[in-house]
Amino acid sequence: MIWPRRSSNEPLWKEEFSVRTADERYVTRRQLTKFLVLTSFGMFVGNLWILFRSIFYKVSSFPQQAVARLGEIPVGGVKLFTYPTKDDHCILVRTGENEHVSYSQKCTHLSCAVYYSRESNRLECPCHKGFFSVADGSVLQGPPTRPLPKIVLETRDGKLVAVDVKTS
Amino acid sequence: MNPHNADLPPKTRGLTAIAGAMSLIAVLLIVQIWLLSAALEAFLAGKHQTALPAAVFSGVMFLICFGLYLFVDRLDSDVRHSGEDR
Repeated sequence: MIWPRRSSNEPLWKEEFSVRTADERYVTRRQLTKFLVLTSFGMFVGNLWILFRSIFYKVSSFPQQAVARLGEIPVGGVKLFTYPTKDDHCILVRTGENEHVSYSQKCTHLSCAVYYSRESNRLECPCHKGFFSVADGSVLQGPPTRPLPKIVLETRDGKLVAVDVKTS
Repeated sequence: MNPHNADLPPKTRGLTAIAGAMSLIAVLLIVQIWLLSAALEAFLAGKHQTALPAAVFSGVMFLICFGLYLFVDRLDSDVRHSGEDR
């Protein structure tokens, strides 16, 4: 393998700060190439980091938490709650007499809070007009590319209980 | 290679070669940036199987970039210190 080498006996500073314009042009191009290759290495390290996180990804176990009583919210109404931690805001929508859906309130684009639009029956992000289906959380329009994480609900003793979070 | 290029001074030929190599590196870098964003997007969506091929291809592209850098460095040194144009 051929490694970088210096082909003259001049000190490095003389090579890097040449008085000749033509030589200077070479130096700047070589430095730009070096910078681009360094950036390429950074991209590679980024991909390695994602690979590392994927390999050592742990399936989280989520707590069971009662989020609302049955009939607490009217049809078409919403309730906000936090799950699984106090920092994870979620939205619960009653879509029918016996139908409830719940999603993370954080838009998958830039994390703005989504709200339920009863007129258009969809979840809307006011920041960049990203719209999500209320049926399954999929993207209807706008910049988000991923669906909203869905909160899995179960009915127990007249209560809606959040038991899991599905990311896709 | 164009036969007329042989008549050009070494510095001009070197500059052309370096510009070509830099263009290739820039194209590879753009692909790498796209690959990183796509892999991150898939990871956040819970699709972890895309991480390995993305990392492998990114590594291959980095190696090509590094090879081109070695080429540029050697060419640059040769041309600057050839003495033919001084």
